[in-house]
Amino acid sequence: MVESRRYRNIGAYTVLSLGVLIFAFPVYVAIIASTHENATIMNGNMPLLPGGQAAENYYRTIFLGGVRSAREPVGNMMLNSFIVAMGIAVGKIFISILSAFAIVYYRFPLRKAAFWVIFITLMLPIEVRIYPTYKIVADLGLLDTYTGLILPLIASATGTLLFRQFFMTVPDELLEASKMDGAGAFRFFKDTLLPLSLTTMAALFVIQFIYGWNQYLWPLLITTRDDMQTVVIGIKKLLTTQDALSEWHTAMTTAVLAMIPPVLVVLLMQRLFVKGLVETEK
Amino acid sequence: MEKHAILNGKLIPYLLLAPQLLITVIFFYWPATQAIWQSFLLEDAFGLSSEFVGFENYQVLFRRPEYYQAMATTAVFATLVAVLSMSIALWLAAMADKNIKAAGAYKTLLIWPYAVAPAVAGVLWIFMFHPSLGMLARPLRLMGIDWNPLLNGRHALVLVTFASAWKEVAYCFLFFLAGLQSIPRSVIEAAAIDGARPFRRFWTIIFPLLSPTTFFLVVVIVVYVFFDTFGIIDAVTGGGPAGATTTLVYRVYADGRLGGDLGGSAAQSVILMVIVIALTAIQFRYIERKVQY
Repeated sequence: MVESRRYRNIGAYTVLSLGVLIFAFPVYVAIIASTHENATIMNGNMPLLPGGQAAENYYRTIFLGGVRSAREPVGNMMLNSFIVAMGIAVGKIFISILSAFAIVYYRFPLRKAAFWVIFITLMLPIEVRIYPTYKIVADLGLLDTYTGLILPLIASATGTLLFRQFFMTVPDELLEASKMDGAGAFRFFKDTLLPLSLTTMAALFVIQFIYGWNQYLWPLLITTRDDMQTVVIGIKKLLTTQDALSEWHTAMTTAVLAMIPPVLVVLLMQRLFVKGLVETEK
Repeated sequence: MEKHAILNGKLIPYLLLAPQLLITVIFFYWPATQAIWQSFLLEDAFGLSSEFVGFENYQVLFRRPEYYQAMATTAVFATLVAVLSMSIALWLAAMADKNIKAAGAYKTLLIWPYAVAPAVAGVLWIFMFHPSLGMLARPLRLMGIDWNPLLNGRHALVLVTFASAWKEVAYCFLFFLAGLQSIPRSVIEAAAIDGARPFRRFWTIIFPLLSPTTFFLVVVIVVYVFFDTFGIIDAVTGGGPAGATTTLVYRVYADGRLGGDLGGSAAQSVILMVIVIALTAIQFRYIERKVQY
């Protein structure tokens, strides 16, 4: 019925392929820059083909850090980012699966109130309460700690809503059968609900890992020690060592390194990633 | 919606809720309340004493031209990012929806920029367009454009817009593609039989049917531009030149930094909260409507 597709498809392929190339270009340029000397980059005539400095740049960046000011090894920053991202993802899944379980499967006074207290946090990110949160974290002595980097970022309702939504779709018969087998709340949770929730957990994990890895403003404020920096903060510090003398080769190498984990997560777990995005609606 | 089969226990549900409620109260409600309270206080320069000044911080704020500039910048920036990323995403999604075999592969190759940190995206773009060493700055100059995002405010805003849209197209693409794929083929075929050409079919049938997705994405992009672009702006321009890329969130950060103007910064936070709550309310009305379809 609809027109024959052959020629239109050639057009579609062309547009999509061009789109893919244009979107990949900034990253390609960064990868190329990470294989050249700083002098080659600074003279403004960097070639579009890889240079011979890749091993040297990556070794220096990962194990030694920048030359002049920021001497923190990027390997260490990557480890910090990994700990923070894992802490946020696992922490959020842990607190929200428990609270969703309580809200869906129990009846208790103030249940509705508890739900609303959590629910209101849904779309108010940390940026709107940034300095008071900073003060609280400082008063608790949590500056420059992983706990301080992680906890304020897991105070949100996304996970709770996601698990609540999923638990509502679990048939009541499963709980009744479990009760008939003489199982208590804990065994129902562990043997029935948890295995069913694995996909939802994984999808939430993927989204939260990326969210945690990419955090910027919060780690920027609460880390003062170089050895507690995350890698995303590290790049910025490499560039602000004053314009003309910026170590662009180190910065671009760091940028490539900082992109690898979250991009790999998306590419390898694409289906979970898409599921997570659609269900949390961000 | 309520469950019929439930568990018994008086203390257990509170224990299960405790971790989340504790974290939410300490790191959300307490600081949010503080922000509201601080917005009514005036601190002296050393932070030693403060007095209650009512709405003075707000009045001062609304007398400052920089605040209106930040509002205007945020509005222009959000519009540019929304138009740019949604039109590119819709075009790509329409192409990928044509039943072509490789749609899955293209999807994979187009969605990964979502995973790149905003600050990293900013660094990638300033590297390409840096006035002295950027490889794309040279062609611009050959074309007679005196390209310098470090000195020219308009250039700086264009650059952060491109970096922000680059990341956001992936998200819009996913939702537009899902929206397109949910439109029944029969509707499109019926229009084809009536003699509507592809271009006309798109604008009179497909695009209107996509309007819930479009609306949802507009709200998501506005929230993205408000908050997530902070990393891009800080990496590319630091809010400059001359405040040309200072958004509302960037103002909150800059004004309160190093214990500067805490009251004014808090007042700005409160205004931001109100804006976001309004956006959330709009979003929920939309989701309710979607359920009725």
